[in-house]
Amino acid sequence: MSFLNMKGVCKGFGQGSTRVEVLRDINLEIQEGEFVAIVGYSGSGKSTLIQLLSGLSLPDQGTIELDGKRIEGPGPDRGVVFQNYSLLPWLTVLGNIELAVERVFPKYTASQRREHAMRYISMVNLAHASDRRPAELSGGMRQRVSVARALAMQPRILLLDEPLGALDALTRGKLQDEIESIMMAERRTAVLITNDVDEALRLADRVIPLHPGPGAVLGPHFPVPMARPRDRAELNDQPEYRRLSGEINQYLSDLRRGAQGGVAALDPALANLAPVHFKRRRGVANVQTVS
Amino acid sequence: MRHVIAFSETLGLSWVSPFARLISGEDPRRQFRAILLEVGLPLAAIAVFLLFWSVAASSIRTSLGTLPGPAQTIEQAGAMWQEYRAEKAKEKLFYQAQIQRNAARLERNPSARTTAWTYNGKPTYLDQIKTSLVTVFAGFLVATLIAVPVGLVCGLSPTVMGALNPLIQVFKPVSPLAWLPIVTMVVSAVYLGEAAWMPKSFVISAFTVALCSLWPSLVNTALGVASIDKDFINVARVLRLPTSTRITRIYLPAALPLVFAGLRLSLGVGWMVLIAAEMLAQNPGLGKFVWDEFQNGSSVSLARIVVAVLTIGVIGFALDRVMVILQRLASFGRPVQA
Repeated sequence: MSFLNMKGVCKGFGQGSTRVEVLRDINLEIQEGEFVAIVGYSGSGKSTLIQLLSGLSLPDQGTIELDGKRIEGPGPDRGVVFQNYSLLPWLTVLGNIELAVERVFPKYTASQRREHAMRYISMVNLAHASDRRPAELSGGMRQRVSVARALAMQPRILLLDEPLGALDALTRGKLQDEIESIMMAERRTAVLITNDVDEALRLADRVIPLHPGPGAVLGPHFPVPMARPRDRAELNDQPEYRRLSGEINQYLSDLRRGAQGGVAALDPALANLAPVHFKRRRGVANVQTVS
Repeated sequence: MRHVIAFSETLGLSWVSPFARLISGEDPRRQFRAILLEVGLPLAAIAVFLLFWSVAASSIRTSLGTLPGPAQTIEQAGAMWQEYRAEKAKEKLFYQAQIQRNAARLERNPSARTTAWTYNGKPTYLDQIKTSLVTVFAGFLVATLIAVPVGLVCGLSPTVMGALNPLIQVFKPVSPLAWLPIVTMVVSAVYLGEAAWMPKSFVISAFTVALCSLWPSLVNTALGVASIDKDFINVARVLRLPTSTRITRIYLPAALPLVFAGLRLSLGVGWMVLIAAEMLAQNPGLGKFVWDEFQNGSSVSLARIVVAVLTIGVIGFALDRVMVILQRLASFGRPVQA
């Protein structure tokens, strides 16, 4: 019995003829302590998937079970790191995290709560900024607060919805390092949604491409065996990394080509087109087709 | 100096910052340009206005003499200040005389009963301003206490909003002058034991102010709560916050900038309504002052009314600034339209 279990999950939006099936028959099993990354193009239904896992929306068909219990709504046992941080701008960094701690550990005294929150703020290296408001922080710092908030809830599973999508490449790399070291220390089950194959390969134990919607399904699983910590610079030299990166990228670009041609994915047939030759003759443009 | 700049910007006094920056040694050419734009331009506009005013005023003859220009207005403002001083001096003399009289009486007969009268002179112009301010704040307070909770409920529940919306839309555009007779009659009928510190005329004007200034706060609060960022609601849902915590920790703070924008509009409306209400309700205050001067019809009445008009404008401006500051503080670093 796996820790997280999605069985035959479907989700669509709209009614009647305007109805769009976003996810069709999603099946996924995640073991406890496993870090799974789901990669896919934007608009392929990745965010809908995380919405379902967090319980913010419910599946039309199928079931999602966490540790044998069916998910029927949102709850603090699933810590979500939203792409747009979702910090409350009227609270300080500490206040934002304390609000979460207060809900999850209602029996804590004020000083225990503070101590607990500060531990996670230090974990993301923001102890110096604990009394600042989100408006005074950079994007990377805000996302760190968001990660700290999710971890401070000590959730059974961590859901990361394109957490680094809005950040520049340098900050992104740095935060990947931080997330990896935190996840190694905390050993929590996590699902990462991303559109970046390299990010998925750096962080995850298993990478699953999402076959894009409408009617998205999960593609084949790619286990990532590289040893941790995975150093960004060294990773590029590892044949295993290069092989996986190549395979996943190939799979995704095949999908894309399939989607664009309107032909079945993975088997992109070439359209029947003939080359065209242009010839210029005495100022008059003349087009000649040779077939 | 950095704090001076930040503070003056919080106050909405953006013209202070180029001076402060100049003193702290930032690029002088840019700061001089900023001073020219932020200080020079408004001053020039005021000068042109004063010129236009004095020329236009001198060519208009009314039954009370020519319309007062800036010079006569300043002169009357000075005269009114002298009146205030004179009235205060009279009051002081009155109390001194009373103390002496009572002391003398006690000296003649130690068991004599003395009486302490309070001075009952006519209210000075500053007293009128004070009354107006107290009234507008009382009305504004009542309006806030009604508008914010009702707006909150409207914003939270589309059902309540749907039910109340027609009422709000109909009552919102009603003029204070239409409310006044009804408020007068209702207050006269309900408010029987008239307390000395809260005369009937005060209650009437305050309630009229409240009735008219209620609407912007109500509508803005409802809008602020209803248009709350979906991300904040998601946070509340993931944390499974109970309703009371949701309201105090999520909805209210999220709506606060718009609530204060509404309160600011309300106070502005209230201040405008108050003058009209005081004129008609004969509640002591700036409105009554204007009306009395109009009825008085002396040769200086028009100049005194112009002084009152300018006072009303300056106080209205000051009130608005105060609300802008509050609005800024409630916006947590997000920009505010000044």
